[in-house]
Amino acid sequence: MAKEHAHPTVGLYIVIILTLMVLTCATWAIAFVDLGIWNPVVALTIAVMKAVLVILFFMHVRYSSTLTKITVGAGFFWLLILITLSLLDYLTRVWMVG
Amino acid sequence: MEQQREASTFGMWVFLLTEIMMFGGLFAAYLIYRISYYPAFVAGSTSISVAWGFGNTLVLLASSFTMAMAVWAAQTGRSRKQQMAWVLATMVFGAAFLGVKAKEYYDKYDECHIPGHVIGKGFNAWGGCEANNPKLGNIAEEIQKKARDDNEEILKDAKAKGTPADKVQLVPVPSEVSAQQTAKQSEIFFSFYFAMTGLHAFHMVIGLGLLTWLLVRAGRGQFSPEYYTPMELGGLYWHFVDIVWIFLFPLLYLISRHTGAH
Repeated sequence: MAKEHAHPTVGLYIVIILTLMVLTCATWAIAFVDLGIWNPVVALTIAVMKAVLVILFFMHVRYSSTLTKITVGAGFFWLLILITLSLLDYLTRVWMVG
Repeated sequence: MEQQREASTFGMWVFLLTEIMMFGGLFAAYLIYRISYYPAFVAGSTSISVAWGFGNTLVLLASSFTMAMAVWAAQTGRSRKQQMAWVLATMVFGAAFLGVKAKEYYDKYDECHIPGHVIGKGFNAWGGCEANNPKLGNIAEEIQKKARDDNEEILKDAKAKGTPADKVQLVPVPSEVSAQQTAKQSEIFFSFYFAMTGLHAFHMVIGLGLLTWLLVRAGRGQFSPEYYTPMELGGLYWHFVDIVWIFLFPLLYLISRHTGAH
């Protein structure tokens, strides 16, 4: 074997899980505060932060090869295109939003 | 070995990307319908229990942690017992999640919120749900009640501030017909709710199957720092299912909560 496969330590995993739990409590608490159109934005931003933590550390993408990183990035980029372009269309149809 | 592991991880991620596209399509459709039927989606979304959803999110995150620890145990050559314990802990959390999900589904059955109005507690062709459970989940009634409650608040506020009566702006109370219509449209929300959480729960059941297989293999001592690919890939799958829930939770449970309905 050429080199030892890099892997995170237990301490790091504990920090990550605690951060994830704190973010979950935060998003739950903020959901009851009326921020108008910003409620979904804040909720989804926190969700993205949580997902990124899981992907980078629990799923080891941070320690993976460039090929894996590009694959993962491309996948989520396409998802972003799917959702933003669809919503750009629907959100700008005045008669639907009004 | 390194090249083999690389190929397996790459292959697993390509599979997960197809999964992202499948769930992504559902997410996009959900958001588009939410724009089109906003009041109905708010009514539906606020009728599901945020406390159970929140608890379940913590349970699933904990299961992701124990899964990461199971992979770590195999990767760093810990004992079979330790590897098995982490896999088993992940299975316990996963089963707890599904148990809570079943409870939430039963509540929807109880409140007759299962779309189609054919399945529900005490449903019969003559009386329907409301006849049997007048207290539970009558969305049309709640929409009207919410508007009346809001108006009461506004009037109380105006009185306290001494605003003249003709300056007070009340919320229009939806008519019986329009409230009924919104309630009917909330079935679209519930269709999405059951389709998305159902597909997610189905993935969890498959995940529990995979974990059982990993448990047996870990017990036979087949994983070592040189070879733990099944554990690594099983972990990727389990974390992916976790990520889907990370997005389902705010979209289904949270983003309409601030409107103040119960």
